[in-house]
Order: sequence, then C-alpha cells, then structure tokens
Amino acid sequence: MADINAYHGPAEAGFGDYVALLKPRVMSLVVFTAFVGLWIAPVPMNPFVAFCAVLFIALGGGASGALNMWYDADIDAVMKRTANRPVPAGLVPKGDALALGLALSGLSVMMLGLAANWFAAAFLAFTIFFYAVVYTIWLKRSTPQNIVIGGAAGAFPPMIGWACATGGIGIESLLMFALIFFWTPPHFWALALFMNNDYTKAGVPMLTVTHGRKVTRRHIFGYALVLAPFAIWLGFTSVGGWIYLSVSAVLNLLFIAGGWQLLRRTDDQAQADNYRIEKRYFRLSLYYLFLHFTALLIQHWVGAW
Amino acid sequence: MVMLPRVEHELHKRRRSRNLGLLVVLLAFVALVFGLSIAKITSGDMMEGYDHQPRATMLPADPNPPAPNAAPVAVPGTPGAEAAGTVAKP
Repeated sequence: MADINAYHGPAEAGFGDYVALLKPRVMSLVVFTAFVGLWIAPVPMNPFVAFCAVLFIALGGGASGALNMWYDADIDAVMKRTANRPVPAGLVPKGDALALGLALSGLSVMMLGLAANWFAAAFLAFTIFFYAVVYTIWLKRSTPQNIVIGGAAGAFPPMIGWACATGGIGIESLLMFALIFFWTPPHFWALALFMNNDYTKAGVPMLTVTHGRKVTRRHIFGYALVLAPFAIWLGFTSVGGWIYLSVSAVLNLLFIAGGWQLLRRTDDQAQADNYRIEKRYFRLSLYYLFLHFTALLIQHWVGAW
Repeated sequence: MVMLPRVEHELHKRRRSRNLGLLVVLLAFVALVFGLSIAKITSGDMMEGYDHQPRATMLPADPNPPAPNAAPVAVPGTPGAEAAGTVAKP
C-alpha cells in the first residue's frame, strides 16, 4: 500500500538544524564587530534602526554560512570537527541549504538597504559573494593562502556597520578591517597546528598540509608582527584614546610574544605536551579580537580623542 | 453527518518544531518591519517614492527661488481685488 509513512527518513531535521546551517558562532562574531563599527561611527543612528541593521548584517553572514555548508558538505563529512553539521549528518538535504542561503542573502541585502542605506546593502552583497564564491568555491580548495584571502570576508562586517551609519568608508573602518584581516591567519593557523589531521584527510590545502608546521609557525609570527602596527594605528584615529591604546599595546605584546614562543618550538615538543602552547595561543587570539573591539566600545563611551 | 476521527498525522508531529519555529520567525519579521516603519517615520525620514506621477514635492529645492511679487495682480471680482489696487485688465 502506498502510504506517506513508508517514506520515513533516518531522522527529521528540527528547527535548530536549520539555525545551525547559519553558523551561529560565526554569526556572534559578525554581530559584535558589526555593532561596534556601527556604534562608534561619528553619525548617530536611531537605536531600533541600528538594531535592525546589525540583525540583517548577521543574517547575511548566516546566509553565506549556509551556502558554505551547501558547497563544502563533502569536506565537512570527512573532518571530525564538522562531521556533525546538519548536511553531512544527513539531517538537511544539500538543496535546502542552498535554497536557505540564497533566500536569506536576498532578504538580508534588501532589508539592509531599506533599513540603513544602499551602499551598506551593496557592501553586504559583496561580502556574501566574497565568502561563498571567492573563498568557499574558488580559493579554499586551491591555495594554502585560502585563509588569508577568505579572512577578508570576516573582516568586512565592522566596515558594513560603519557604512550603515555614515553611508561610506573611513580610515577608521579600513583599520578595523585590517585588524580582523591580519588577525585571521594566525588565528586559524594556530588551530590548524593542532587540527592538522582533519585538514590532511579532507585534502584542504592548509599551510600546515602543504608547507609543513615549521613554515606555518614562521607565518604566524610574521602576521602577528604585521598586525600590531595596524591595531595601534587605530588608536590614533578619531575612535581611539588612552584606554584603547593601553589595551591594544598589552594585547599586541602578548600576541607577538606568543608567536615568538610558537616559532621556537619544535613539533616533538608540541606533541610531547599535546599542543598545550598552540591551544593557549588559539585561545589568546580569541581574547585578542574580542578585547580590541570591547576597548573600542568603552573608548567611545568614555569619549575618544 | 459522519464524524471523522481527528488524529494528528505523524508527519505533522515530526515537523512540529520546524513549523512553530517558522511561525515565530515570520511573526518576528512582521514586528520588525512594523517597528522599522515607525522608527523611520517618527525620525522624519522622507517616505515618498516615485509612483509614476511627477509631483512638485519630488523636485530638488531651487537654490535661487524667485522673489515674492511686490505688486500682485488680482482677478476682477475676487476678494481683495479692490483692496490690492491693481486689477487685471479683462
């Protein structure tokens, strides 16, 4: 007998599985940095409009996450860290991820245009395109510099927030971009140092896979050095001040010192203590970004230069 | 009248969380658009768009507006024509 009950799948996706397609943890970073970019901009915004603008930027970020999960389902299934994502776990069909990603992209761009301005909306559309097409489809599988260029997509949100308020780009928003852009490679390479097996299995050309850990350690230290001047420079613009400068100076010293420590370690040492220092550096990188943007908020609150 | 037993289909039960979630999202979206409209209108934003009818309010402001007429001409028989002193010749 033909019966709809005969078509039981192995499991049914719940609402939470569709939310997981939007990468809520990445979204939280997008929300925070976009909010800071918007809030510290010199043009005040109606609080509710600002709330909506940040929400639509986050939705755009979520949409690109869904597109990434659609395209990368084959890689995600191989890696331990990502095997439980809704598409490789068989909960959500690939087509659903694509449809959700495309629909939310269109919706978020249109709504950001209506809520804030069309420059910010175009910027968001470009960011989604950059992450989904340039990073996910093109660079991730073809070059060990994937993280460097893909990091730009994660660095755009504070610029979009700034554009929502001002309708344009400023040196401050460019420096906030640089802060995230140069922070991304050491952050992900530190992760790759202790997650190397995953990337090797999936065939993703991470720097650790293509050039080895020694080169990766050198790159981490190099980027930490490049990052510091941009972070400090931001403190001398109209959004900076003593609080930001002090926080930034301490964090950059820690980040460079940590990078130096990684550089001097051998793989045998790292394996002997189960990558303790590498894991600590990864945690430090998370604090680094969070505290920089928190310092910008506090500085704005107490008054910038 | 035949009373059919109202048994909930198993499919609906399975998809309950999805359907309820979507309901909440859609209601939140309606509230958001409404709130956005209120916020925009109360802060005095220009709400007019082009609706295929040219209107004077859509024209850009004239940087050199004409000076007000010092000696207005009134149509005969209209209120104020005599008071103004200048009446248009028929």
